[in-house]
Amino acid sequence: MKKLLINKTLKQNLITYGIVIVAYLVIQIMVSLGLVSSLLKGLLVPLCVYAILAVSLNLVVGILGELSLGHAGFMCVGAFASAFFSMCMKSTNMPSALRFLIAILIGAASAAICGILIGIPVLRLKGDYLAIVTLAFGEIIKNIVNSLYIGLDEAGFHFSMESTMDLNLSETGTVIIKGAQGITGTPNDSTFTVGVILLLLTLVIVLNLIHSRDGRAIMSIRDNTIAAESIGIHVTKYKLMAFTISAALAGVAGVLYAHNLSSLTATQKNFGYNQSIMILVFVVLGGIGNIRGSVISAVILTLLPELLRGLNDYRMLIYAVVLIVMMLFNWAPKCIEWRAKLLYKFKNKKTAKEAE
Amino acid sequence: MSFIQYLISGISLGSVYALIALGYTMVYGIAKMLNFAHGDVIMVGGFTTYTICSTLGLHPIIGIIVSVVVCTLLGITIEKIAYKPLRKASSPLAVLITAIGVSYLLQNLALLIFGANAKSFTSVVSMEPIKLADGQLSITGETIVTIVCCILIMIGLMFFINKTKAGQAMLAVSEDKGAAQLMGINVDGTIALTFAIGSALAAIAGVLLCSAYPSLTPYTGSMPGIKAFVAAVFGGIGSIPGAFIGGILLGVIEILSKAYISSQMSDAICFAVLIIVLLVKPTGLLGKNIQEKV
Repeated sequence: MKKLLINKTLKQNLITYGIVIVAYLVIQIMVSLGLVSSLLKGLLVPLCVYAILAVSLNLVVGILGELSLGHAGFMCVGAFASAFFSMCMKSTNMPSALRFLIAILIGAASAAICGILIGIPVLRLKGDYLAIVTLAFGEIIKNIVNSLYIGLDEAGFHFSMESTMDLNLSETGTVIIKGAQGITGTPNDSTFTVGVILLLLTLVIVLNLIHSRDGRAIMSIRDNTIAAESIGIHVTKYKLMAFTISAALAGVAGVLYAHNLSSLTATQKNFGYNQSIMILVFVVLGGIGNIRGSVISAVILTLLPELLRGLNDYRMLIYAVVLIVMMLFNWAPKCIEWRAKLLYKFKNKKTAKEAE
Repeated sequence: MSFIQYLISGISLGSVYALIALGYTMVYGIAKMLNFAHGDVIMVGGFTTYTICSTLGLHPIIGIIVSVVVCTLLGITIEKIAYKPLRKASSPLAVLITAIGVSYLLQNLALLIFGANAKSFTSVVSMEPIKLADGQLSITGETIVTIVCCILIMIGLMFFINKTKAGQAMLAVSEDKGAAQLMGINVDGTIALTFAIGSALAAIAGVLLCSAYPSLTPYTGSMPGIKAFVAAVFGGIGSIPGAFIGGILLGVIEILSKAYISSQMSDAICFAVLIIVLLVKPTGLLGKNIQEKV
């Protein structure tokens, strides 16, 4: 019986990986045949970024059962930390593959540290508080990054919160982070292949976590915190674990994002509240707790508005309506009842037909 | 002298936060949900008054009345359509995410109707600034009206809750819904009434906020909304005097940090206050500590 169960989850996981790999191969073949427009080519890396973000947020929302609205903040931390590193190392003759690998690790680590720092105080609190604190955290990060100036010369790093003039750089020094102007000239290391590898890695981490002992502990906290506590599960530890892993993965997405653009700025649109909401829409549409669904909905929702340019004005409106309708449809007790009735009727008809 | 000037404008901003926080805290107390769309109701109130006064050219008083009515109806409608069906949902996240959806919907509807450009809002207060201490201290009419409004509304609300039957019903529902229903209280009606009052206060707050800071965009409400939530948590969520004290304190903190620390970091400082409060006293200044039982 146990063997069967393991095989079933393994099969499901393999299907998820398979979908990603097949999609990757199809797109690569289409690119080599020249069937992909340049607009779509530019979307390939963002697709991976959003898919990773959606999967990592689903870990918090779906598996841990808490709402995080600061996911874009973690992404921002990862993006800026890694872009800063890449800029520092750009002049040295470090191979770009190694540099990017270290950048990814730095992005993940810095986001994870932020996750721990923010998680320790707030994970003791319940849903609504966590949502608002993570939202606040995202705004704080955006504010700090927008007023941060860092320069580099032979004397080392110079920091300022005021302006580039305050850095007191020597003549040969360069300014790396220019406050609201962000970082310009980040090396474009992100490719679609790297993105897909990172996405697969994210999926492996999250899916294996879910089906491990720790994952079951996390889900038991979601389902009933008091019951979980009473059977000896360390609630804060497991909450922090899920939250930190999710933050680290969001940081990785940020690294990918940062190295896809030549100039990186922290605006409301890319690292603000709106971005966090958009990731939440991906998760809700894909199904809360359904990892494969998150990937698929992230891809569809990123592609659709770009392919249907005419809908661009209504895009956000449609997202909002999707969010409300999906939640009502999936969670309202009356709606669930109605769906069950409908399904029952449908089944009855089928069996009646078969009987004939 | 400039310190006193900042203090007064801080209290004025804080009064607006307090009005918004009242809506949050009442809804939270009764429906145990964080109404994310509350901030956007402020924006709707602002736009309604703008349309009535600037576009149609009617008297500001009419504008305020219409915006209060519109926001009240909006609050009741949102509750009825989006929140009520999810009240008995198995996951508390469901209603929270729906509220975010509603907030997003209102913002984007306003964006479609009014566009992204900031509208300049004509102040509804036509009062000369008062000069004190040989003109060193100047208090604008908006400041006075805001503070007076806030205090009057606070007193009125306290009276309503403690002295009237409907207010007592609200307290009862927030204590225990099931028991309240058994006592013959119309729970659904009471919750709808709470949303109505909260939204009406948000409309007034919207008009006052836009009079003091006369630039109106579809995103005007979201930041004050979030900050008012911080204020509500600061004062102790669910407590009405707490919302008032938290709002005033947060307004003063924001203005003082803008003046003396860094104008860019003032938002970050406000949110840091929230995190510190949650660390030190998660129930807020006047909140009650409720132990969760099985």
